Amino acid sequence: FEMDSTFGITGEGFAILAADASAARSILVFKHDQDKIVALDSHKLLVGAGTAADCVNFNEYISKNMKLYELNNDLQLTTKSAANFIRGELATALRKGPYQTNLLLAGYDSTPSSQNGSVSLYVMDYMASLSKTDYGAHGYASNFILSVMDREWRKGMNLTEVLEVAKKCIHELNTRFMISQPVFIVKLVDKDGTRVIDINNP
Amino acid sequence: RYFTKMSYDRAITVFSPDGHLFQVEYAMEAVKRGSSVVGVRGIDCVVLGVEKKAVAQLQDPRTIRKIAKLDDDLTIAFAGFTADARVLIEKARLEAQSFRLTCEDAPSIEYMARFIAKMQQSYTQRGGVRPFGVSSMIGGFSKDKLPQLYLTDPAGTYSAWKAYAIGGRSEKAVQEFLEKNWSANLSEADSIRLTVKALMEVVDSGSKNMDLAVMKFGVPVKMVTSEELQEVISDIEREQEEAKKSVAESAPIDSTV
Repeated sequence: FEMDSTFGITGEGFAILAADASAARSILVFKHDQDKIVALDSHKLLVGAGTAADCVNFNEYISKNMKLYELNNDLQLTTKSAANFIRGELATALRKGPYQTNLLLAGYDSTPSSQNGSVSLYVMDYMASLSKTDYGAHGYASNFILSVMDREWRKGMNLTEVLEVAKKCIHELNTRFMISQPVFIVKLVDKDGTRVIDINNP
Repeated sequence: RYFTKMSYDRAITVFSPDGHLFQVEYAMEAVKRGSSVVGVRGIDCVVLGVEKKAVAQLQDPRTIRKIAKLDDDLTIAFAGFTADARVLIEKARLEAQSFRLTCEDAPSIEYMARFIAKMQQSYTQRGGVRPFGVSSMIGGFSKDKLPQLYLTDPAGTYSAWKAYAIGGRSEKAVQEFLEKNWSANLSEADSIRLTVKALMEVVDSGSKNMDLAVMKFGVPVKMVTSEELQEVISDIEREQEEAKKSVAESAPIDSTV
């Protein structure tokens, strides 16, 4: 549950989500290229940390429901609406059979009138808490990297600066976290949509 | 002695003595009262054209849509009761996403046509409900990238077509026109032309009276803009004018009294 390292950072007009790419159970690592970050639609990313089955199941369920909403209403949900919808699903399941998944949602909303849309990052945990933040992290990793982000994050950073912060976070984990997580997948969302980026070569 | 059930268990669609289901046939009449839909299958595309009936002066024309997306790669156009179609389309959209969730794959067009047809049939065989007054044409592609066009009707039949027309003033006339003029291996431009020509059989020409959607494999469905549509219409009208002129010129002058 806490072994997955996931974090998200917002910058000026964009946000990144990063997750370790290891899929493991107990002492065995299955693969080093597990992509835990899902694109819910053209301008939203969701990353789930926790029991792999619950994460995948929940993410797929959310993404198909959002697609249905899009088709029926001919428009995309805003990031805030999506976050609240997701939290609502977590809350409903909580007293029946909770989804063991901690989530980060990053999305870009364009305003119809102007070119400048806004980016937002939401942190949710398996008990259906929800908060909008500038940066966030889940799992054991959060113990290490929230302090790094507290120190390094400033408002209005560009991509290079944000990736520097991300690199520092990953470096901290590689230095001090007992669990070796050599590979991180980083994805970006901005006005042009979502894409995978290479942390060393954006 | 017996309790009477206060439930909707009395069937509305029952057989007539000579084997007709009149409710279903009446539903098909309702479809004819809807505005025209023409579907044409080209060599690598599917074109769906719909007649846009004149909107009331105070109405917002953008809220009347006869062409809808069932899924990213499936488009549907319907003729008949708009409200019935809306219900069918919403159920179909839910089924498509449900399929994607359980099977991690997009449903085939045949699956969706079958689903809609099954739904329409079940409403002809249940107590307390009436059939859907809707026929629909669904356009999409098979896994082998081949264009496909499916038809469903109020009876719950579904079938695949090379080209077909439903609804509108004269379904039969447009269907006959398509039979005469469809040929295999139509390019995208020719498929669009054929669809527009077929619609012009029953619709006053003018791009404001028609809507056209073009589907190609792997690409989101494209609605033809009114400028492009007007170009095609003007071109067809020019061609028809010239055909008329040449007939008139080549006809011998009747000098007998």
